[in-house]
Order: sequence, then C-alpha cells, then structure tokens
Amino acid sequence: MTVRDAARDAYREALPALAASLVGGLFAGVVLSGMRAELRAVPGLLVLVPALLATRGNVYGSLGARISTALHQGLIEPRIRGGDERLRAAVAAALANGLLVSSFAAIAAFAILTVFGGSVAPLPVLVATALLSGLLSGIALAGVVVTAVFAGYRRGRDPDTLVGPLVTTTGDLFGMLFLLVAVRLVLFVVGVI
Amino acid sequence: MATDWTVRAITRAMLPVLLVLTMVEIGSGLVLGSFEAQLLQYPTLLALVPVTIGTAGNLGSILAARLSTAFHLGTLSFDPRDENLAGNAVATLALAVSIFPVVGGGAWGLTAIVSGVQLAPGTVVAISLISGIALAILAITVTVAVTYVAYQFQLDPDDVVIPVVTNTCDVLGIVVLFATVQLVL
Repeated sequence: MTVRDAARDAYREALPALAASLVGGLFAGVVLSGMRAELRAVPGLLVLVPALLATRGNVYGSLGARISTALHQGLIEPRIRGGDERLRAAVAAALANGLLVSSFAAIAAFAILTVFGGSVAPLPVLVATALLSGLLSGIALAGVVVTAVFAGYRRGRDPDTLVGPLVTTTGDLFGMLFLLVAVRLVLFVVGVI
Repeated sequence: MATDWTVRAITRAMLPVLLVLTMVEIGSGLVLGSFEAQLLQYPTLLALVPVTIGTAGNLGSILAARLSTAFHLGTLSFDPRDENLAGNAVATLALAVSIFPVVGGGAWGLTAIVSGVQLAPGTVVAISLISGIALAILAITVTVAVTYVAYQFQLDPDDVVIPVVTNTCDVLGIVVLFATVQLVL
C-alpha cells in the first residue's frame, strides 16, 4: 500500500461523518450567534458553552454505545414498549450524570470567574440554566438515540456506526437550542421575581 | 469489563471521567470568555465556535480511531516512512482543507441571513481555513504523540487515546480560533 492509497481510503471513510456533524455544528452556531442578548444578560454563560456541549456528546454518545453493544450481545430487545429494566436504568443514569455534570460545570465556572474577578451572573441563574438545559436536551437526545439505534438495528444496520455521527450532529444542535430555551425561561423567571 | 446496568454502577464508571473532561472544557470556555467582546461584536465568529470545536474534535477522534485499529492489527509502526501513518496524516490535512472553507462559507451565509453582514465572506473563509490547517497539524501531532505514549505504557489505545484526543482538540479548536481571529482582524 502506498501513502497515496492509504490517504485516499482514510479520506473517503471520514468525509461523510465529518459532513454530517458539520451541518449540526453550523446550525448550533447560528443559534449561539442569535443569543447575543442572553449572553450579555448572563455573564459567564459563554464560558459554560463548550462544557455543556461536550457533556451532551460524552453522556449520550456513551448511552448510544452502551445500547448498541447490548443489542449485539442480545441483552436487550430493540423495542421501547414494555419498558426493559436495563434500558430504563441506562437512560436514567445518562440523565442523572448529565444533570450532575452540568451543575458541576456551572459551579466551577462561577467559582473560577469569581476568584479571577471576572464579571459573572449569580450562581442560581447559572445553575438553573445549566440544569434546565441539561434536562430538556437530555430528554430529547435520549429519545433520539434510543429510537434511532433501535430503528437502525431492526433494519439490519450496525448501530455502532450510527451512534457517533448521530450524537455529534444532534448533540450540538439540541444542546444549543435547549440552552437558548433554558436561559430565556430563567431570565423570565428572574424578571418576574 | 462489563458494567452492571444499574444507575449506580453506570454513574460510578462514568462520572469521574466526565468531571475531569468538564474541567478541561471549562478551560476552553475561559479562552472563549477572554474574547467575548469580539465574538459579540461579530456574530459570524460566534457561529464558527461550535462547528470549529466539533470538526477539530472529529478530525482528531477519526485519526485516533484509525491509528488504534491499525495498532491492534499490527499494521502500524511509529516511523515517519510508515505508509499507513503518513497516509492517515495526509488524509487528515486534506480533510481539513476541504471541510473548513465550507465551515467558513456556511457560517457566513447562515449568519448573514439571521443577523446581517459584518465581515466580508473572504475574511470568514480565511479565518476558518487558516484555523483548520493549524488544527489539522496539531491534531496529527497530538494523536500520534498520545497513541505513541499509550503504546509505550502498553495501554489499550481505544480506552485512552480517543477521549484524550477529542477533548484536547476541542480546547485547541478554541485556542487556534482565538489566535487566528487576532491575526486576521
């Protein structure tokens, strides 16, 4: 095999997955660029953005990988109805971890910005935004991951190859959309109080 | 090593890693926060943020996955003349050169519709392409270095390399974007 052949193989295999996540990333970027008012109103929110997006990818990517391995091993059935106990535990664990890590990120960002004298929104505002966006995007992503992996598996596709591009594409998009929803809700509630 | 399917067992396996990765990502958030004024002034640059992080992380993780597999199959040697290693490095650079102009053009076009035009399309494509090439070179360096270290310590590259590389590339994505913006604007 020459360098040219190896490069051509690698290029062809990687391009579709990169292109898929490019679409999700661009739309997430448009949502982010459309929430400038919220970013100004909640100082410190921008510092949280990479952590929140990465958490969606890490938690729900791992959920997808876990479910597809279990399907391969015959541990779970590709059916959502009937409420398999293992499946419910895996989804509950993903949601719980997502919420824990999101609030940890909010507290860490608040602490660091406070210590270094940066301007930062009150802690309850950051934590409430992180928790609410984690909950909403978590429910949406768990639904998408479980449904898509099961549907792919029943149609004879290898769920392992579906999970990566699916989570990178929908994770960024849902992560940003629900962050916008969450920060607007929190700002509304703060305004009422 | 199979984890039991209970909330407690899954959490015990995942949470420590997630917390460490979150601190790393907060680091890249702080870099982002340091040029917040510029990002708020130019919405197009803000739109570049998620897609640049995502694409940089993907370039790194795809290369890492391929090197790990080649390593398991025994078809990889850490020699610059190794065809497999050189071919994968060339492909990563070629992917960056073909994807990042689309990233820049797409970000400019979409924000032009939503928020209006502040920067010339050529400027945004240039920022994206320069960042992309720099990121590809960094991703190759980081991935090869981390795979080599994993190999030296006889760790399974699948366990170690992919999470380390993906999150390092996330951070590098922001740092390189920041540096390029200072250079071009």
